[in-house]
Amino acid sequence: MTEGINLSRRGFIIATGATGLTLGVLAACAPSVRQSAQEGPPPPEVNAWVHIGTDDIVTIRIARSEMGQGTLTGLAQLVAEELECDWTKVRTEYPTPGQNLARDRVWGDFLTGGSRGIRASHDYVREGGAAARIMLVQAAASRWGVPPEECTVANSVITHTPSGKTLRYGEVAADAAALTPPESVTLKDPSEWKIIGKAVQRLDTVGKVTGEQLYATDLKFDGMLNAAIKAAPKRGGTVASFDASAVSGMPGVKKVVQVDETAVAVVADSWWQAKTALDALQIEWTPGEGSDYSSAAFEAELDAGLTAPDAFVGNQTGDVDAAFRRAAKVVEARYNAPHQNHACMEPMNATAVWTPEKCEVWCPTQNGEAALAAASEAAELPIEQCEVYKQLLGGGFGRKGATDYVSQAVKIAKQMPGTHIKLLWSREEDMEQGFYHPISKGRCQGALDADGNLIGLKIRISGQSILAGIMPQALVNGMDFATFQGLLPSGSDPRVEDQTLKYTFPALRVDHAMRNPPVRPGFWRGVNANQNAIYLECFMDELAYAAGRDPLEFRLAHLQNSPQMAAVLQAVADKSGWGSNDGMHRGLCCYYSFGSYTAACAEVTVSDAGELKIHRIVAATDPGYGVNPQQIDAQVAGSFVYGLSAMIHQEVTFVDGEAQQKNFDTYDSMRIAEMPEVETLLMPSGGFWGGVGEPTIAVAPPAVLNAIFAATGKRIRKLPLKDQALR
Amino acid sequence: MAQLKVNGKAITVEADEATPLLWVLREQLGLTGTKYGCGIAQCGACTIHIDGAPVRACVYPIGALSGEEEITTIEGLSPDGSHPVQQAWVELDVPQCGYCQPGMIMAVAGLLNSNPNPTDEDIDLEITNICRCGTFSRVRKGVHLAKTKKA
Repeated sequence: MTEGINLSRRGFIIATGATGLTLGVLAACAPSVRQSAQEGPPPPEVNAWVHIGTDDIVTIRIARSEMGQGTLTGLAQLVAEELECDWTKVRTEYPTPGQNLARDRVWGDFLTGGSRGIRASHDYVREGGAAARIMLVQAAASRWGVPPEECTVANSVITHTPSGKTLRYGEVAADAAALTPPESVTLKDPSEWKIIGKAVQRLDTVGKVTGEQLYATDLKFDGMLNAAIKAAPKRGGTVASFDASAVSGMPGVKKVVQVDETAVAVVADSWWQAKTALDALQIEWTPGEGSDYSSAAFEAELDAGLTAPDAFVGNQTGDVDAAFRRAAKVVEARYNAPHQNHACMEPMNATAVWTPEKCEVWCPTQNGEAALAAASEAAELPIEQCEVYKQLLGGGFGRKGATDYVSQAVKIAKQMPGTHIKLLWSREEDMEQGFYHPISKGRCQGALDADGNLIGLKIRISGQSILAGIMPQALVNGMDFATFQGLLPSGSDPRVEDQTLKYTFPALRVDHAMRNPPVRPGFWRGVNANQNAIYLECFMDELAYAAGRDPLEFRLAHLQNSPQMAAVLQAVADKSGWGSNDGMHRGLCCYYSFGSYTAACAEVTVSDAGELKIHRIVAATDPGYGVNPQQIDAQVAGSFVYGLSAMIHQEVTFVDGEAQQKNFDTYDSMRIAEMPEVETLLMPSGGFWGGVGEPTIAVAPPAVLNAIFAATGKRIRKLPLKDQALR
Repeated sequence: MAQLKVNGKAITVEADEATPLLWVLREQLGLTGTKYGCGIAQCGACTIHIDGAPVRACVYPIGALSGEEEITTIEGLSPDGSHPVQQAWVELDVPQCGYCQPGMIMAVAGLLNSNPNPTDEDIDLEITNICRCGTFSRVRKGVHLAKTKKA
């Protein structure tokens, strides 16, 4: 059998930074990036982004977190493009958040969310690659005593053209590292790209098929103990009391600890022992604010919000009230979006070790710097005495941007100084302690003139604000701009230009009656675009039918100012065979979010018994530039699984403040049998950088819901579908 | 105390007989390729083989084993990652985050053990693992590709 994996030595090396060997990354000659330029010899790196070993292995530092979306590979492609290195010798590694702070945040921020991995760092990572190339060429030219302008470079080989002499990157990397970086660099024109835009294979696949890839849950350190945790199941609850003595004698149990005012943990030799004892532990809870919360009862508050006089106005054009006064026909529909959990396959976990001098944490995180700050706060140690080692994420979807589990691990470790404590949540804990997709309802009203033209549109969103719940400092005069994702006016604020409405309407009002339940909300893949796309795009479909017009033509009539959106919509219609009479029922959707134009055409059938079969979805995306087409294809199909799982199966309901769905038996997720064929049309029109991981998620559910109507003549406006009769 | 045969080797482990095989593999034998996802046999991240058939190890108590069964984990599926399913998975870049993939691969390899030429309907029926990243399109392609490959 395979030898058990012992990471303790590696862990020690990381802890001391002796060779800088980075966990999970095979770097033949890894850099000691912890050193700053001021202390000791200069680090053997060309610059912060690039280290080149004497064997020509190029190690590219990636600040963003890999959680399946392929950002390690995509960002490495961007660096390698400008570096002109041999792609077959490229490796990647994470710098740590602590190193980033020590080096004046040379790698920028570590936040991985909002589909920003590439679009918010493409410029500086390419500049890093270009700067490294210039320094390598300068080093070779100096050795030869020739002007650098006489040198060319390709595939990690520098050639002095007049003489034909060559040097490999590995031969001059140490010289290059000693040079002063260029003050400015010129990036390649996209027409010159050789690696960007190419469907190269991921750099991180092999270990994932052999079981060798380690996730944070797999780490092992000498003397490590395991912790299982239980936080108050009711919203707002706190620990009243627990009888540790009743379980202290159970096999393997080392300690029962109160983590903080909300949670209790059992620490044991193995996690299974910890979990078994925790399940046996009697804990009394004190109810708090939200402990009586009922999501069913909250629907009445949401309904009231749909007609409340006061609301934050997110987008307003023309005189919408006048349009409704002169309408020949008014159409109205109401939709809903329930609470949902992220349910990452890898439950929340973190390993921490605390001493009065130092605190270290190994964890999956979408936000390394926030995790470091949380560790410092929980450890009650200065941030310089703390470090976080990011691990590959077993899914993130927004959930692992939060740091609750990091704080908990540190608080437990602090009660057992010097011992590595691995905290792992059970699936039940994950379901109960989420940062849930916000609950909301949408009321849409459309005014049609006698010719079936849409002359006025009103969308009232009534529901929860993510920012109010977890980032109140980001509210502007109480208003949550993120609520209006994909519905905001263009040209009003550059910070939200990537989330604007692409339709042009003669008169429009989109507003938000904020109604916050006592449930913490979170950023959930696609975020508010998910329900906003349903509100807008299901209703556009309803309006088209009410006006007696073709849904494609009806949409295109309002896309005159967005040729990119019209192009992706037309493309999916053409590719799918929109309008053909072949037994398939089709539904359309187009939406703009995270800076990318996306559209989908779903092909479904619904049996007489009301069984839905989604046969195929043709999806088009225009992200401006497409860095790795085969990974974009994977993201589009994967986003559909996430979005359709929610649409079909997923709702978290709360009764007496407690989440009722505890595991995948009551919170199901799509399996392969439900998976439609997905045909991805990548249509990068150039000139901008849009996101990829999230934008397409929004278009699948409305396209399917509209196709269901085409099949049945029945509008499904309440989700999830599992509770609805389709016929 | 229990006798187990794991990836071809006989071993003795100290654990309560109610302990699920998953945790013996992960915590006592260090075979961490097999993952915890739900603990109730819903997601399949913990899929291993017992005598070549896929089993969800998170609900399989070691007390139910006689010691004669051949237990195979992802680490023992092939000596060098060259099992046809692993080859197909690399060729098609199937994994995204990868966390569920050892279980997915073991489920597929188990299907191919009993049915070397599965149809799409067979796949729909037998492969019920959850993947939250949504790799299903490539999983399906991977099954069909694996059928054509030799170990």
